[in-house]
Amino acid sequence: MAFPGVALQPAPPETQAAEQTPSRRRGQRGGNLWRAIRHNRKATAGAILLLFFVVLAILPGQVAPYSYTSTAFKPALQPSAAHWLGTTALGQDIFSQLVYGTRESLIIALAVGGLSTVIAVIIGVSAAYLRGVTDGVLSLITDVLLVIPTFPLIILIAAYVRSAGLVTIIIVLGLLGWSYGARQLRSQVLSLRDRDFLESARVRGERRSYIIIFEILPTMTSLIVASFLGAALYAVLAAAGLQFVGLGDPNAQSWGTMLYWAENSEALGAGMPLWAIMPGVCVALLGAAFALLNYAFDEISNPALRPVRKAMRAGRGGLDPGTVLEGSDAEPSRHRERRDR
Amino acid sequence: MTDELLRTEGLTRHFRLGGLLGRHTLHAVDDVNLAIGRREIVALVGESGSGKSTIARLLAMVYKPTAGEIYFENRPLSSLSSRSDQLEYRGNVPMVFQDPYSSINPAYRVSHGLIRGMKLHRPDLDHQRRTEEAERVLNAVGLVPADVVLAKFPYEMSGGQRQRVGFAQALAYRPKLILADEPVSMLDVSIRIGLLNVMSDLREREGVSILYITHDIASARYVADRVVVMYAGYVVEQGPTEEVLQRPQHPYTQLLLSAVPDPKAPVAVSGSSDASEPPKVIDPGEGCRFRPRCPYAVDECAIATPRLRPMRSGHLAACHVAVPEVSFTTPLAPTTPAGEPAAPPPPAGAEAAW
Amino acid sequence: MSVPLRDAGGAGANGPVVDDEILEVRQLSVAYATDAGLVMAVDKVDLDLRRGEFLGVVGESGCGKSTLLFGIAQLLSPPARIVGGSVKFRGNEIAGLSDKELRPIRWREYSVVMQSAMNALNPVKTVAAQMRDVCKAHSNMSDREITERSQEVLRLVSIDPIHLNSYPHQLSGGMRQRAMIAMALLFTPDLVIMDEPTSALDVVAQRSLMVQIKELQQRFGFAVIFVTHDMSLISNFSDRLAVMYAGQIAELGKTRQLFESPLHPYTQGLLEAFPSIRGPRTHLLGIPGQPPDLAKPPPGCRFAPRCPQVMPKCLTIAPPMYEVQDDLVRCLLHDGSQTGSPVALNIPAPAHAGRLREDFPASSPAGPPDPISR
Repeated sequence: MAFPGVALQPAPPETQAAEQTPSRRRGQRGGNLWRAIRHNRKATAGAILLLFFVVLAILPGQVAPYSYTSTAFKPALQPSAAHWLGTTALGQDIFSQLVYGTRESLIIALAVGGLSTVIAVIIGVSAAYLRGVTDGVLSLITDVLLVIPTFPLIILIAAYVRSAGLVTIIIVLGLLGWSYGARQLRSQVLSLRDRDFLESARVRGERRSYIIIFEILPTMTSLIVASFLGAALYAVLAAAGLQFVGLGDPNAQSWGTMLYWAENSEALGAGMPLWAIMPGVCVALLGAAFALLNYAFDEISNPALRPVRKAMRAGRGGLDPGTVLEGSDAEPSRHRERRDR
Repeated sequence: MTDELLRTEGLTRHFRLGGLLGRHTLHAVDDVNLAIGRREIVALVGESGSGKSTIARLLAMVYKPTAGEIYFENRPLSSLSSRSDQLEYRGNVPMVFQDPYSSINPAYRVSHGLIRGMKLHRPDLDHQRRTEEAERVLNAVGLVPADVVLAKFPYEMSGGQRQRVGFAQALAYRPKLILADEPVSMLDVSIRIGLLNVMSDLREREGVSILYITHDIASARYVADRVVVMYAGYVVEQGPTEEVLQRPQHPYTQLLLSAVPDPKAPVAVSGSSDASEPPKVIDPGEGCRFRPRCPYAVDECAIATPRLRPMRSGHLAACHVAVPEVSFTTPLAPTTPAGEPAAPPPPAGAEAAW
Repeated sequence: MSVPLRDAGGAGANGPVVDDEILEVRQLSVAYATDAGLVMAVDKVDLDLRRGEFLGVVGESGCGKSTLLFGIAQLLSPPARIVGGSVKFRGNEIAGLSDKELRPIRWREYSVVMQSAMNALNPVKTVAAQMRDVCKAHSNMSDREITERSQEVLRLVSIDPIHLNSYPHQLSGGMRQRAMIAMALLFTPDLVIMDEPTSALDVVAQRSLMVQIKELQQRFGFAVIFVTHDMSLISNFSDRLAVMYAGQIAELGKTRQLFESPLHPYTQGLLEAFPSIRGPRTHLLGIPGQPPDLAKPPPGCRFAPRCPQVMPKCLTIAPPMYEVQDDLVRCLLHDGSQTGSPVALNIPAPAHAGRLREDFPASSPAGPPDPISR
């Protein structure tokens, strides 16, 4: 041990942002987001991947040579020029199925993501802002849901509903997937709660509802979006899982259903491995897209994670080329300790 | 005699410690009688734990008093039951906060806070007038050009600039009294003067009164007309600024003044230095709370809590040992010539120990 | 191996005898790597310190004083690092040494007191445990010796040794700071570096702590580098004062001299910015404007944009340090080409300063003179 308190660093010097022209800083949130995605390789990869799937979902007819359901071909064909991934046991083109199946998976991801996030925001923010008994009750519910193993619970519920259509899946997943986000949001609001700008709004005479919606939420957009992406990822995997287990609608056009039928036909052993593997790969890729995008949001909310470019400006300083430093972006430096109230 | 704007009587605020079933009480503010007139800057001076910030929050209706009453233009605050009454008060008595880095919402531009405040407190203005008014108040606090500043985000501005925005927001309500809670203590020294000058200017040009809460008695001297010194939840001394600072009657005020560094005086590295432990405000009981640190303490100080008594004209102190002037007809002595610190009069029968 | 308390002996109001050079800093430069490029927080600073000397380093936020301190104490970590210059402690170069190489001198020869004790002390360890950590890390003292020594240093700072078993949150703010100082004195080093140790305290506690520090310094004869933003606080205690601005030292000289006749316009401005409680009530100006962006410092003098005595050449020539009557000033006013003595203090209110206004760059930099109402 060297010194007590060695971890303390003086804050980096304040860099003057006032000189920047308005066009460069169009808006803090939009600008930061775009920059974060562009600069972060993982996030860029995720964005491209997601874009790819979105295109498939919107215009499947342009990409897929055949329709999902047409059984016009010979079953169990190996990959060929006419059928890039071969055909299923019923003679459907696997590649086309994958393309058409994208839409449903994406819809589930976005819808469940949206629903979970909305619930998480309402519960998490209310619990933290209203405190007291309300917080106690809401937190209890959140914690219970967090602790219960969600997937078995989902299976139970879905089993009651018998064969679950798209809407049912969305509702079930949405109602069970908000607890993690709620917890995160609650913590964040708790830390914000005594910030002066909120007290300033109270002293100004704003109503509580106004403060929550217009003062607190806008400062948490990155966390909310991160929560959304996390929920979307969870939805993709959970939905595929549900459908694979057979609780989905067997006539639905989705990757999970493909897995179900592949399993039923023992695709792996019967010489149609791609039928079983490829839907799983797609699920994984879409999930990865959301996960990768999440990195960009981590960076926005925590500037300390932003990587610092190799500093190789000509003529300044003596850093070795190739030195990569872990960075923290300059925050306005403030020496003065807050006096206790 | 200045027109009285705000008055408190017996203002008290206690906090219960230890949750719902706690048995200990924190006496943050006890029995405070404060008066602020029109076009007046009153400095509320005290260290942490003195209760000055709690008073600010009581006046801003963040807390309700445990006892006592606040009168604004002779109306008691407890009678403000409707939302519109309360809004009117809040528009008349806004607050400026200490920390420039957290007192403005970082997600919005400067214009948002200003316009929003006006929508709440001056609903008669239309959009055009609101923008004009926003620019006017930014000019009044010295942020120019106003239209450029309106479009900026807080992170693009320095601490001093943000504090000016804070004052501008308060000014946009056309207030009568601004509560400034340590507005300069987190700013660099050379920037503080700029803000203090803004405050003085606001009093002159806009006719606004300011309650300037601070721990720095030198800055209080710079801007304030009157000074109120607090210790451990009580007012221990109050009066016109020069009078209190040149002739401090309460031992705590004397201690505070002696602790302010004077670059011209040689350092007195003496053996005895004040132990400066924080005062007891949890279940304190009767008796003077400054007694443990007071070199003049007598038996009386342990038994009875001293009340504010007039010492000279307009100058009150709460101390059993301080002796009031026999007559109040003596005009206030002029300030001592530059460079010579005025020696505080030793209370009768005691020796100065600082 | 016990370390006895070294008493300077015979120290009075004049302080101990000072002769040896204990610290020699030459052309020290510290840079931060940020997205915007390299930011030179400390730019070619020269400093000397003699044994037993009390040096104050004052400046405002962002001037680099804390970075300078950390650079001297070899406490920098990425993204900051020393990019030039040397730091010689007792004649030996310490810049660039590894932790292992520094261990023999750290804490024994020089120690550091941080800004906020509540952040610097380990909240889950008692004071005794933390002192024990320090002692074990830097010496072979036995447990009994460590306990004795810990009690000794606590008494030095007027803390009852019973508090050895307290946790930091159980002590008051003032006591915590004094405990930090006590820890710094465990081996009575020759140099104690302090980074704003009083800024979290109230004014009465501040004064009390400063008096204590000065007493200890005179008694044990260690040198002190004391960084603060509050010039008046240190005015009674330091032998010499260095005023920093924008990563450079603007003025360096004997404290008394700096206060009575400051040469650099920034120092003059700073002194003007303190309202006093004695003497007449005068209107003060402060220093309008902001420090420059260190990622793109202005060519020429860094203070020029805010300087009330700016000359045309100040905008293009970066001033070196000039020596004027024992004082070092980084200002072209003293480059010898001016006739007569250094500029007197009573300058008229600058027309373009507009002290009530905060002009934003969108308007012209030297705007029209503002008619000032006062």
